[in-house]
Amino acid sequence: MTELGATAGAGADETGPPLIAMHGITKVFGSLVANDHIDLAIRAGEIHALLGENGAGKSTLVKILYGLLEPTEGEIRWRGEPVRLAGPQEARSLGIGMVFQHFSLFENLTVAENIAAAMPPDLSLAEVAAKARDVSGQYGLSVDLDRPVWTLSAGERQRIEIIRCLLQDPRLIVLDEPTSVLTPQEADRLFVTLERLAASGCAILYISHRLEEVRRLCSSATILRAGRVVATIDPRAVSAREIAGLMVGTALHDVVAGRGAAEGAPRLVVRGLSLASEKAHGQALRDIELAVRAGEVLGIAGVAGNGQGELFAALSGERLAHGPDVVAIDGKPVGHLGVTERRRLGAAFVPEERLGHGAVPDHRLAENTLLSRHGTGGLVSRGFVLADATRALATRIIETFDVRKEGADPRARTLSGGNLQKFVVGREILREPGVLVVNQPTWGVDAGAAALIRQALVDLARSGSAVLIISQDLDELFEMADRIAVIHAGELSAPEATGDLTRETVGLLMTGAAAPKGTVHAH
Amino acid sequence: MRIELQQRQAPSAIARLLAPVLALAAAFLLGGVVVAAMGRSPLAALDVYVLQPLSDPWALQEMVVKATPLVLIAVGLSFCFRANLWNIGAEGQFVVGAICGSTVALATHGTEAGAWVLPAMLLLGTLGGMAWASVPAFLRARFGVSEILTSLMLVYVAELILDYLVRGPWRDPKGFNFPQSVTFDEAATLPFLTDGGRLHVGILMALVAVVVAFVVMGHTIFGYRLRVTGEAPRAARFSGFSEPRTTFIVFAISGGLAGLAGIVEVAGQIGQLKPSISPGYGFTAIIVAFLGRLNPFGILLAGLVMALTFIGGEAAQITLRLPFDLTRTFQGILLFCVLGADALVTYRVRLVRGAPAQAAGRAA
Repeated sequence: MTELGATAGAGADETGPPLIAMHGITKVFGSLVANDHIDLAIRAGEIHALLGENGAGKSTLVKILYGLLEPTEGEIRWRGEPVRLAGPQEARSLGIGMVFQHFSLFENLTVAENIAAAMPPDLSLAEVAAKARDVSGQYGLSVDLDRPVWTLSAGERQRIEIIRCLLQDPRLIVLDEPTSVLTPQEADRLFVTLERLAASGCAILYISHRLEEVRRLCSSATILRAGRVVATIDPRAVSAREIAGLMVGTALHDVVAGRGAAEGAPRLVVRGLSLASEKAHGQALRDIELAVRAGEVLGIAGVAGNGQGELFAALSGERLAHGPDVVAIDGKPVGHLGVTERRRLGAAFVPEERLGHGAVPDHRLAENTLLSRHGTGGLVSRGFVLADATRALATRIIETFDVRKEGADPRARTLSGGNLQKFVVGREILREPGVLVVNQPTWGVDAGAAALIRQALVDLARSGSAVLIISQDLDELFEMADRIAVIHAGELSAPEATGDLTRETVGLLMTGAAAPKGTVHAH
Repeated sequence: MRIELQQRQAPSAIARLLAPVLALAAAFLLGGVVVAAMGRSPLAALDVYVLQPLSDPWALQEMVVKATPLVLIAVGLSFCFRANLWNIGAEGQFVVGAICGSTVALATHGTEAGAWVLPAMLLLGTLGGMAWASVPAFLRARFGVSEILTSLMLVYVAELILDYLVRGPWRDPKGFNFPQSVTFDEAATLPFLTDGGRLHVGILMALVAVVVAFVVMGHTIFGYRLRVTGEAPRAARFSGFSEPRTTFIVFAISGGLAGLAGIVEVAGQIGQLKPSISPGYGFTAIIVAFLGRLNPFGILLAGLVMALTFIGGEAAQITLRLPFDLTRTFQGILLFCVLGADALVTYRVRLVRGAPAQAAGRAA
């Protein structure tokens, strides 16, 4: 911690060369120019945002910065000296730390053990714990070192990753979408930590889609689009809408929501749904009640891992309920029916994971139309696949939902997240389903695609369908949903009209604060 | 210094086509090294193993005869492997098929039973193989038991049952105490395609299996189901395809075809039951399936190549006094080369300098 202490000071250091400067960074993959002469400079004590849609080149740039990729062209200077980062070890030994979006933690080990696993082997567990306690006290990263990781929330897990990163004495910390799994309250705590870190002289590169938090936290922002820097701005001086416009390249429209009819007939009804978890450390569902009416968007908020996946499986029929009457579609009991039968009754489903769940990565788009549509007519005749019909349907989805792709019928894995999500959602919406259940409709999707998807979902509801949206993105739910319920520890709160709710009340429900004591962590 | 495998962005189509050919060439090279290490001339071995059989009409015919069971079994296995299910007990299903089908031949032995005998044998053989394969399928679908272990272990059970039958109840009373059954009647023997040759109608069944498998795999919703199940099991579930059902069906197909191969082999070219009705066709077919890239027509070609190694191996035993185990060794080398070539098509090998243990965290 010595060096960190030596440079400690208040706020950004405005004199001398920047801590890190990337000049003219270009990275070419085959015919794709992922990074095109990118310049990026970060000073000590600065919280710098890196913004851009999916596919804009953020990940490539960060991988170059962390030594995971070598640039085709360009140079990196560390405190004015040119450096070559041949691997993450070299990046780390310079003082670059990385907190990834996906945590790499051992669920069955304690926090201290997880931290020790990333440290040199000659340190004892007690020494590691002492160091971790120092760091966590210094930066307000409270976490119980003796608890096994599987009992922790995403926010606590992230704190472990940050502590692990801080124990490497970093001068620059890169955070990739750090708030995507946090409740608003947890995000606030993270911001306090980051501000303290910056105040102690550490530079932070903050990658996010969420413009409001970037405007709140960051003093400068570099915006990428299609591999190039389109602007370097002070995000506090520019509106979120203008920033989004720079990211997408065109002005964005708000979702035209209107308000759904409160009087429509219930089309999707769940009564007393309880379901044990299939996995170890999974979340069981407890006595879930809900009804989605025709013309309505019902939103389900919640922190990841509180039973959303299990709820989706039970609604879609991937897992059967304990009785036929537990789930009903348009008044018909379907709790005992599988996915295909529920689809035949007019329901459609979009799972959270695009690759591997909503689409087969190595199959072409035409084949991927079959995945959810093989049982509902038009694509299969007497067991034979009608190849022309699948191609025609794929083309229709691609055109209607503006799916951008390379080649006539590419494999699903080659599409960007946003474009594949448009395809997966479009595949279901084009059927004009009476009931649509979507889990995380715009997770990891660029702003342009997200706006298109949200509008399509709202339009579907307005045409008389019942739309259920499970999402971790509160902004999205407030934008689209007529009513919002919160899932926490496998229990669902009673839905309330969106107009009667505030982010704070929903945030409290998401942490389980409003749930009766004793149901929290009742593992 | 360590070695890393990096997934290639887009594996080249040419590399994909060339991989089996290069694997074959590499296997021949390595096989030559083994032969040289045993003190024989690799060139002479190449001549005996490959060139002589290919220039001899009798050997060519024999190659087709040996390819028949390989292709039948491998086509069945390709259904399993596509669905990412690992039936490696085809050898056992082959043996049980042979036993079940033979019950009809033995029961009607010496009677005037008519044309129904052969179809009944083929049917029972197929059903026997299916039944044997349904055991690992059931254990996997119901209890989650690894089908790799159960299907393999059932091979030994099947072989011991056959052994018991031909030494005990089914032993030919006039067979000078040899462990073998009576020789099948004409009505229980597959007709030959050529006079005086050994080519029987089994090869036609193999060809039909190839064509049907090609259509089913590439053009039906069932083939789609298998590919989705194998490549993305969660997507298969989302699609409404039940995994236990898929498991039962593919084991039934592969077990049925292996059982059919078993009775075809016995009724076609052996003509009786004895303890050694297979030189390991059920295991070799696994290599055939992969060498043929799980494509039915590829499997047909690969079956012929592997049949060649059997014939070459027999010839090498006689002329070069090389043990038959060398053939097995060569088949193993070939499988490794095929898997290696596949890996190299999908991944790039990269040498990375610097040991990961050199902890950068200690820089402070």
